[in-house]
Amino acid sequence: MTRAMLALLRRDLRLAVRHGGESLMPLVFLFAVLILVPLGVGPGPNLLSAIAPGMVWVAALLASLLALEHLFRPDLDDGTLEQWWTGETPVGLLVATRLFSHWLITGLPVILFAPVAAQMLYLPDRALGTLMLTLLIGTPLLSLIGGLASALTLGTNRGSVLLSILIFPLVVPVLIFATGAVSAAADGLSARAHLGLLSALLILAVTLIPLATTAALRLNIE
Amino acid sequence: MNALLQADQVGFTRSGELVFEPTDVCLNAGQALVISGPNGSGKTTLLRVLAGILEPATGSLSRTASLAFLGHLAAVKGDLSCRENLEFSTRFSGQPGTEVNRAMARVGLAGLGLRPARALSAGQKRRLGLAGLLVARRDIWLLDEPYASLDDAGGELVDQLLDEHLAAGGTAALSTHQRQPRLQIDPDRLVIRAALRESVR
Repeated sequence: MTRAMLALLRRDLRLAVRHGGESLMPLVFLFAVLILVPLGVGPGPNLLSAIAPGMVWVAALLASLLALEHLFRPDLDDGTLEQWWTGETPVGLLVATRLFSHWLITGLPVILFAPVAAQMLYLPDRALGTLMLTLLIGTPLLSLIGGLASALTLGTNRGSVLLSILIFPLVVPVLIFATGAVSAAADGLSARAHLGLLSALLILAVTLIPLATTAALRLNIE
Repeated sequence: MNALLQADQVGFTRSGELVFEPTDVCLNAGQALVISGPNGSGKTTLLRVLAGILEPATGSLSRTASLAFLGHLAAVKGDLSCRENLEFSTRFSGQPGTEVNRAMARVGLAGLGLRPARALSAGQKRRLGLAGLLVARRDIWLLDEPYASLDDAGGELVDQLLDEHLAAGGTAALSTHQRQPRLQIDPDRLVIRAALRESVR
């Protein structure tokens, strides 16, 4: 069972390395936002430090969204997806594995480069820890929500428009609590309430979304 | 009788309409089942129901052994080499020790291990799928049109592999509409019919 999950993870990562350009897109996006927005709104430290949490988070969100089109569709097209139901491993675990690899490819790079981003945007040092923490809790949430939406839209031809419409309302709470936490920390206030709510969302998503995604995939595989 | 896979009156509905008439299937060790029927009669759907990919709308399904399904799609990743695809199959099915090279030689793909799977011809992809069956070492083989896009030698290869698999105590169900399998043991036959297709139209 774990062996099948590890095999799937290994193949996903190997394919990601092979599509090197695509896999670098999250980072390209992050830095595009970080470099272009100051050019547009002006490089003043006061303004930038105020909008820094939102910018990092929007970049993380877009990075996650970009890769969603390729989360299940290639597997549906080449027939590897239907094989998930023929083995002994519960499909929910394979779905969780796939979502984890999506997070490794889109979420983790953003987390790793968040300190650089924070420096570039004059985020107060005392808020950096909170920013990292919100990303650590929040980016898996983005992968989970995106996974469900991508499974639901798998059967439609022009899935990407529908996909975005499905995702945006669901990620609004994540965005609000995450940026709220970072702003609070930047102002020297406690971010605990925001982080607590964000964690609650993550726990809810981790328990329910793999099951829901499995059911959605099964509907679309017919 | 200890059936490896048994289905009682399974049927499958698409938009509330039965695709094929409810069917009994029983696969015992050492036996093969050939499913035939005209285009659109639900051969593929039946195999996918038996494989567990589709949920049967009626009837019940019980399985006591491991299963492999080889469908229209070869289930290989084009960006990985043949070897990497087979290595994935061995790990995914929990048979990490299996000899990949031998399986490739057996299906006539010796020396193509490093070639990306997308560079294979349709027939070679089928052969890679067969190699995947060999390395996964499953008891029940469900093969959807296994002879499609294979040359004569490839067809014979499928027959040989089936014979060996049955002799080793495995079982198989295959759908076919062109070439009939020539096996050492006489396979059971099942003709399925589309349900209500004429009257609905």
